Amino acid sequence: MMVVSTHPISEVIQRHENELLADWLRLQNQNLASRRDRISESQLRANSQDFVMGLREAMSVSDSVDTTQPAWARLREILAEFSKQRAALGFSPAETATFVFSFKQALFGKLRQEYGGDPAKFAELTWAATEILDQLGLFTVQVYTKTRESVILRQQQELLELSTPVVELWTGILALPLIGTLDSNRTQVVMQNLLEAIVAKEADLAIIDITGVPTVDTLVAQHLLKTVAAARLMGADCIISGIRPQIAQTIIHLGVDLGAVITKATLADAFRLALKKKNLSIGTR
Amino acid sequence: MDRIPLLKIGDFLLVTVQVDMHDRLAVALQDDLTERIVTSRARGVLIDISALDIVDSFIGRMLGNIAAMARILDAETVVVGMQPSVAITLVELGLSLPGIRTALNIDRGMDLLRAAAGEMGATDSDGREAV
Repeated sequence: MMVVSTHPISEVIQRHENELLADWLRLQNQNLASRRDRISESQLRANSQDFVMGLREAMSVSDSVDTTQPAWARLREILAEFSKQRAALGFSPAETATFVFSFKQALFGKLRQEYGGDPAKFAELTWAATEILDQLGLFTVQVYTKTRESVILRQQQELLELSTPVVELWTGILALPLIGTLDSNRTQVVMQNLLEAIVAKEADLAIIDITGVPTVDTLVAQHLLKTVAAARLMGADCIISGIRPQIAQTIIHLGVDLGAVITKATLADAFRLALKKKNLSIGTR
Repeated sequence: MDRIPLLKIGDFLLVTVQVDMHDRLAVALQDDLTERIVTSRARGVLIDISALDIVDSFIGRMLGNIAAMARILDAETVVVGMQPSVAITLVELGLSLPGIRTALNIDRGMDLLRAAAGEMGATDSDGREAV
């Protein structure tokens, strides 16, 4: 029975493992000069050791240079963990990929030392090593980007929850101060929050304040009208307040019909109107 | 077949939708309600849909139709207790039911109907004086 032949690169790594590591660490230290404070020496050494060991194991099992093969799964895991860690530490994607790419220089040095006398073999092995390390390097970038994306997604979600509070100004009078651009997603959340608050507080008046909305285009206006219509269906009247002069101009230029919606220039005016509608008044003593 | 109960309170009819409103039920409600408005000479109709979780365009249009029919029969319709999700769905369907009065709960709906009946009562007596 034939035993799977170990790849020559794997043998080279095995023979010179300690020298390779030392060379590589020296190179990384040069590259990382400005980032020394972000990662400790021992951490870097552990990462490097894991990588070299993973690479050697994978290449001793698999003859293929296709790193999507199952034999490479363990090394990919190590690299995925490493990329996430680097992303969390604030390294750039280029620096993360350089970790893998810089191994080339160390490895090629050793390959030349072993196969320097056989140019054809040397070229073949160099090409194989390049192909593998490029794939692995790109893989780290991929994982890095994914990690970052998940962070952005979470922040978006948090922002969404943060920016849509419904406040009770008076018994039965709610205010919804909108801040930031309204898109379909946010409008959905805003609408839902407002309607749920209307039920919870038994409010029959809601003031939607758009002082903090930078631009109102046809889409935003339509979203506002929808919110007003939904609130009306539930039996609550809406007043839109905080319309700045430029926004009033935009609305008219765009030909948006705000229809029967009551609009006021400021939140104070809207509140005054709301009190009046409920037969309440505030006076000086 | 299920029927939606119609309760008479004073001059008003109270309709509480407690079950899933499917299409045939809605048509039956339309028949029953118009019949009852005429026989009981109701001045207002209160439709409580607080137990309704799901609406489609047909039910939405049905509500609008019922209100319009009631108005022809000289009764005001107030829809009360609409759930947020239902309101959103109706608006997204483009059914903002412009002809229907709405209120948050039955209490508020009753107040609305009484106010409306009061106005109508006034014109009524005016009318009689004129004759």
